[in-house]
Amino acid sequence: MTVKIEVRKPAEYAVARPPIWCPGCGDYGILDALRRALAELGIPNEMVVVVSGIGCSSQLPHFMKTYGIHGIHGRALPIATGVKLANPDLTVIVMGGDGDGYAIGTNHLVHAARRNVDVTYIVSNNQVYGLTTGQMAPTTLKGVKTKSTPYGSVDDPVNPLALAIASGATYVARGFSGDPTHLASLIKGGIEHRGFALIDVLSPCVTFNRVNTYDWFKARVYKLEESGHDPSDLMQAMAKALEWPTMDPYGRIPIGVIYRAERPTYDGEMSRLLKGVSPATSQIDNALSEGPTILKSFI
Amino acid sequence: MLAELQRGARERVVSRRAGLTTNYAVAHAVKAVDVDVVAVYPITPQTTIVEKIAEFIHGGELRAELIHVESEHSALSAAVGAAAAGARTFTATSSQGLEYMHEVLHIASGLRLPIVMAVPTRALSAPISIHNDYSDIMNARDTGWAILIASTAQEAYDTVIQAYRIAEHPDVQLPVMMAYDGYLMSHTLEPVELYHEEHVRGFVPRRDRRNVLDVRSPITLGAFATPDNYYEFKYQQEVALRNVEGVLREVEADFAARFGASYGPVEAYRLEDADYALVTYGGAATGNARMAVDMARERGIRAGLLRVRLYRPFPSAPIVAALAGVKAFAVIDRAIAYGSPAPGPLYKDVATALYMEGLTVPGISVVHGIGQRAMYVEDFYGVIRMLAEGAGTGKVLFLGLRE
Ligand SMILES: Cc1ncc(C[n+]2csc(CCOP(=O)(O)OP(=O)(O)O)c2C)c(N)n1
Ligand code: SF4
Ligand SMILES: [Mg+2]
Repeated sequence: MTVKIEVRKPAEYAVARPPIWCPGCGDYGILDALRRALAELGIPNEMVVVVSGIGCSSQLPHFMKTYGIHGIHGRALPIATGVKLANPDLTVIVMGGDGDGYAIGTNHLVHAARRNVDVTYIVSNNQVYGLTTGQMAPTTLKGVKTKSTPYGSVDDPVNPLALAIASGATYVARGFSGDPTHLASLIKGGIEHRGFALIDVLSPCVTFNRVNTYDWFKARVYKLEESGHDPSDLMQAMAKALEWPTMDPYGRIPIGVIYRAERPTYDGEMSRLLKGVSPATSQIDNALSEGPTILKSFI
Repeated sequence: MLAELQRGARERVVSRRAGLTTNYAVAHAVKAVDVDVVAVYPITPQTTIVEKIAEFIHGGELRAELIHVESEHSALSAAVGAAAAGARTFTATSSQGLEYMHEVLHIASGLRLPIVMAVPTRALSAPISIHNDYSDIMNARDTGWAILIASTAQEAYDTVIQAYRIAEHPDVQLPVMMAYDGYLMSHTLEPVELYHEEHVRGFVPRRDRRNVLDVRSPITLGAFATPDNYYEFKYQQEVALRNVEGVLREVEADFAARFGASYGPVEAYRLEDADYALVTYGGAATGNARMAVDMARERGIRAGLLRVRLYRPFPSAPIVAALAGVKAFAVIDRAIAYGSPAPGPLYKDVATALYMEGLTVPGISVVHGIGQRAMYVEDFYGVIRMLAEGAGTGKVLFLGLRE
């Protein structure tokens, strides 16, 4: 017996309009990896929602042939939480920048992680505010000169991976836009994972960040899969998360899955309370079963 | 005679004439008044103000602490803390940033802190727009801040300097917001005369008499107020804000004597004998309205222009005086007060001010330049024509809307 497997192509998730990012921007690698991950999982376009905040990276939903919400700066995660709870059948991807997620929206990262909301949060970490043209970000390494810190930043950078693990995230990974195949596997793992997934992506801003370039990252990244790391070990995971930038901002940078755990999801717990049916989904189901009358208004 | 005096004064105080964007002019004023603390989060079109301030600090031209916080809510909160501790404090934002500060706007005015904020104005989401209109400050108009709207880069520079005198005045002690057109002014070059900083500092001396957090004489700020005394705090705040108009006149008189320039709460153009008036605020609308007035005059229509510079507190008296004698007026608003009796926020204020004086001058509420929709001189000339023909008064016009 032969089983017919439906193979989807990444291009099926692309819109006709090309992205408006600068040539060479790391966000192209993220877009490519996300489309590949969805294609490999064969998720129908209409079952995917990409929610974003504000920033260059937050433009990503515009380039996906899926549902999308381009919201306000820092609030992508609460919007995504609402989407996922209302209709848990949807695959919810959240996209944003390091400013969006680790500065103005940091508190949402903590709370989405602690609730274990089943969304996949991809952060384009370019160590700069790209859209506002090159100011210091919460990930900017200490001492780096930006347009807002011509004297060199005096702030220590945030460590998003350690923060996510400490907050209760159940899938924590770091990827690199310069390696979209590896990144696609991380995103695929995040989507498959039941629970809150953070994928922090080293994604060079070629226009405004002259320090953290492709070459800068290439010289530093190494793969966790090849180094005997056990992502189910919380203490090992924390140690790996702290390696960069906390322990040595100019040292080696681990990429791959840093931490993975199983824990009940927020929508799962809600569903348990509601005896298996989310209110919004049941309404959609009713509407579909009523079929003709409702559908007529859309035809 | 006065003009000559003013020219004489200017020659002494002007250090150089430069081509500056309004954002850079603001940064120069911040340096000139020697602020202590600047707390900010970047947002277009505000960003270049702060980048310039950072350059001044880097170059050793300004000794100030620049705090790059993680959001506008934190930016104004840090400014509140710094001002409470006695520092001369500055911040700046636009659009969504001002919206996100909203809660803290009331804290700054309620705690009576003399913070000065520049707001190159910008449209609000959704849908997202980075272009100019005045929706952002109109949403902040009843937060207890004094609000001035500048129409040129020079005026913005002068206004920031005056703003510290007003904010720190014992009869006021309130935060001051200085708005202007985002992009149309924030990012366009104009000639600006910069002053020798010792003259500016002489004009805005440190006034350390206000109550600040000081262990030698402890005070509490923002303590719980019961129904027995909350109302009095809020009433005092209203009185203090209303004092701003008089204080502005006083401060401007001194400014005129020292720097040879003054603007007033409102500015009139060819209004003395006018039958029809346009009322505006900001740079682009005012500039175009002025040209429309000239056009109308050339064609024998006696038109004039009134620009509102002080928006809060609302300078009712000079506005009523200016419009009492015209046959009809139109207010050009750059924001929409959704669902209001009239869509123009300034129109509503002008109409109320006239009504409170028992006057019923016919008027039109005009909305234009939303999300930086291009405003043409002809559009405004068309409004003057409508006024002259007696058409449309009591009506609403959404100009520049695509058919
Ligand atoms: C409330 C609010 N504050 C500020 C801004 C301005 N703003 C837009 S994007 C951005 C940061 C962009 O940086 P990041 O999130 O790292 O995304 P990137 O552009 O680097 O991809 C800022 C500060 C805004 N849109 N809304
Ligand atoms: S400015 Fe930087 S982050 Fe934005 S599109 Fe260009 S390269 Fe990418
Ligand atoms: Mg960024």
